[in-house]
Amino acid sequence: MSIAADKRSGRKIPFWRDERALNAAAQIISAVIILGMLYWMARNFSEISKQRGMSLSYGFLSEPAGFPISESSIPYDPTMSFGRAFLVGLINTLNVSVLGIILATILGFIVGLARLSSNWLVSRIALAFIELHRNIPLLVLLFIWYFAVFNRLPSVKESITLPGPIYMNLRGLYLSWPRLTETGNIFLIFVVAGIILALASWGILRRIREKSGRETYYFPASFGILVLIPLIGWFVAGGMPLWIDTPTLQGFNYRGGLRLTTEFGAMLIGLTTYTAAFIAEVIRAGIQAVQRGQIEAAKAIGLKNPQVLSLVVIPQAMRVIIPPLISQYLNLTKNSSLALAIGYQELFAVGKITINQAGRAVPVFLMVMATYLALSLLTSWVLNNYNRRIQFVER
Amino acid sequence: MRKILAITTMLVVLSIVLTACGGASTPVSGEPITVVETVVVTVEVPGELVVTEPQGYGTILARVKERGKVVCGGRTDLLGFGYLDASGKNIGFDIDLCRAVAAAVLGDPSSIEIVPLTAADRGPALQTGEVDLLSRNATWNSKRDAEWGNFTVTMFYDGQTFIVRQDSGIETLQDMDGATVCVTTGTTTEKNLATAFADAGLAFEAVTFEDTASVYSAYDEGRCDVATSDGSQLAAIRLGLQNPDDHKLLGFTISKEPLTPAVPAGDDQWLDIVKTVMWALISAEEFGITSSNVEEMKASENGDIRTLLGAGDDWGYTQLGVDADSLARAISAVGSYGEIYDRYFGAGGLAFELDRGPNKLAKDGGLLYSPPIK
Repeated sequence: MSIAADKRSGRKIPFWRDERALNAAAQIISAVIILGMLYWMARNFSEISKQRGMSLSYGFLSEPAGFPISESSIPYDPTMSFGRAFLVGLINTLNVSVLGIILATILGFIVGLARLSSNWLVSRIALAFIELHRNIPLLVLLFIWYFAVFNRLPSVKESITLPGPIYMNLRGLYLSWPRLTETGNIFLIFVVAGIILALASWGILRRIREKSGRETYYFPASFGILVLIPLIGWFVAGGMPLWIDTPTLQGFNYRGGLRLTTEFGAMLIGLTTYTAAFIAEVIRAGIQAVQRGQIEAAKAIGLKNPQVLSLVVIPQAMRVIIPPLISQYLNLTKNSSLALAIGYQELFAVGKITINQAGRAVPVFLMVMATYLALSLLTSWVLNNYNRRIQFVER
Repeated sequence: MRKILAITTMLVVLSIVLTACGGASTPVSGEPITVVETVVVTVEVPGELVVTEPQGYGTILARVKERGKVVCGGRTDLLGFGYLDASGKNIGFDIDLCRAVAAAVLGDPSSIEIVPLTAADRGPALQTGEVDLLSRNATWNSKRDAEWGNFTVTMFYDGQTFIVRQDSGIETLQDMDGATVCVTTGTTTEKNLATAFADAGLAFEAVTFEDTASVYSAYDEGRCDVATSDGSQLAAIRLGLQNPDDHKLLGFTISKEPLTPAVPAGDDQWLDIVKTVMWALISAEEFGITSSNVEEMKASENGDIRTLLGAGDDWGYTQLGVDADSLARAISAVGSYGEIYDRYFGAGGLAFELDRGPNKLAKDGGLLYSPPIK
């Protein structure tokens, strides 16, 4: 007999058969269990730390760290605080993750498209790349890159010299790098203005074209703005707004220029190639999810092959690609914590040293966990917003 | 009906799991008969749980006896101090100290379990009581004493120095201005390095790894101009490089590194036992007791020797809850301090030859000195 029938017959339904009551009860029971477990864990945790005399305060963050960090984008020396050291680690994580995500996306796209190529050789090379990287643990790849490739580069005195000049040795890659002079700030303002105006004109002119169907030459126009405004800035600034910082050999190492260490290089290449293999498969799946009819229709109305790809296939494939792509980005960021094995001092490596030097395992682990969580949630949030925008608009 | 059944099953399973987590110490009253009662059980269980026992007086000895093993934090990768022999057995100076403690409290030097720890894991392992004894060339300093646990008796006086290539032309600290230095993370070495260079107004660049093997592999490849660590460790490492003769140790030290076994905080009895065993090893050398003459020495005319070996007065064993002859067992298992040292670092020793330097007895001009055991 159904509930509706019970109602009709006027009998009161016992609460243990009332679906709403059962649902509510299930919710309450699960909430109690989960909260109970959380309470139990927290209680256990605080009691045990009290017993063991482990301090849970964060006061140590302002104490001097006392340990050196190999590379830092912000000024750091061992007399600075643990908090500062943590920040250095965070920036190092961001450096390798952001660059890694950009490069892995580009490489992944190329490999994914190559995998679908009708050219047998290209598609097999892509397949080999994907299988090689997907089936070897990342830690092994990192060790290979660091110890078997980068550490085999020639010593400082026998550096490989490339035009530029660029020097390459087992201490890193040294690039000649432009740096700003006193008048450089004026130039910099013009460059930033140029980029903003170019982006704005791109957006506006494109929208006009989409609305009216008239050709607005949005690409050459915004590109012109991008070049012209910094050029004006160059002359307004007067003199030389930039100077070239060239690396020179002094003492044990090259000094000056822009330096990328071998640890960073191995980390970046390892993470990029590993993640690119997964992204390539995601891209392939996304493109294959676009119905053949769409491509045939696009060809039927006379679009050229690149146009079919950029106007019909990719936009539709993105809807399938973005959600798994988010996971790959998150993986890349989290995998960067393997860097401590090859001496790149990112967040987790600095965290582990801090645990040891400050003797505060629990607070530091909580900090590290919270930071990774925040980074991951931020990445997901940004990409989920993008994902929402590119979904089908139902009219 | 099916839904109720499902929920009930889920709750019963959950309550069993939670009860199981509680262990035998948490009695659960009442059988889960109805949904409501089961829920009460699941909520009540958490509050009563205390997973680990407190580390109060006597708890570690009780734990060790019950387990029949002394768990020592050690290492398997440092020639001379903690490494593996050809048959895969843990041996080394630090391991022998652990064996001495096992022989003293359990009567069998092989009743040990070595937990290999990285430098960075030592502190947490001691803080959480994961190991009964940390015997892994750890430097004793006041901060670690305050935060990690209790340090016992310094068994190896060491100092931090540098290993460089013969052809690098480096002789002094000043020669190293701007050098790249390979170092293990989470060590006192890492901080001494920073301090020494900062005090001398010198610049340096550190390349740090958590794994000691990676540090010296990077140094060997030339990633660093110098590597730094305790002198004894570098002496061992040099022999493992591709061309040992191309490298040399510098003749000065930048720090004091008293390598000292440590025990978890909170158990004074265990602290005293380990300290006394260490003293006994030093005393044995002072008295000329060796692993081979322990039995004869028990009948010595010297009352202090008889006391040490448990054939005389009570040296405190009753209070500490160990056997009278526990120290004698430790000595006969691993030998006196001098025997242990020579086994690994003496002429023709198992590891490499290293001058005893400060690690001689005080009466011979060194730093080793044991309080009287009586």
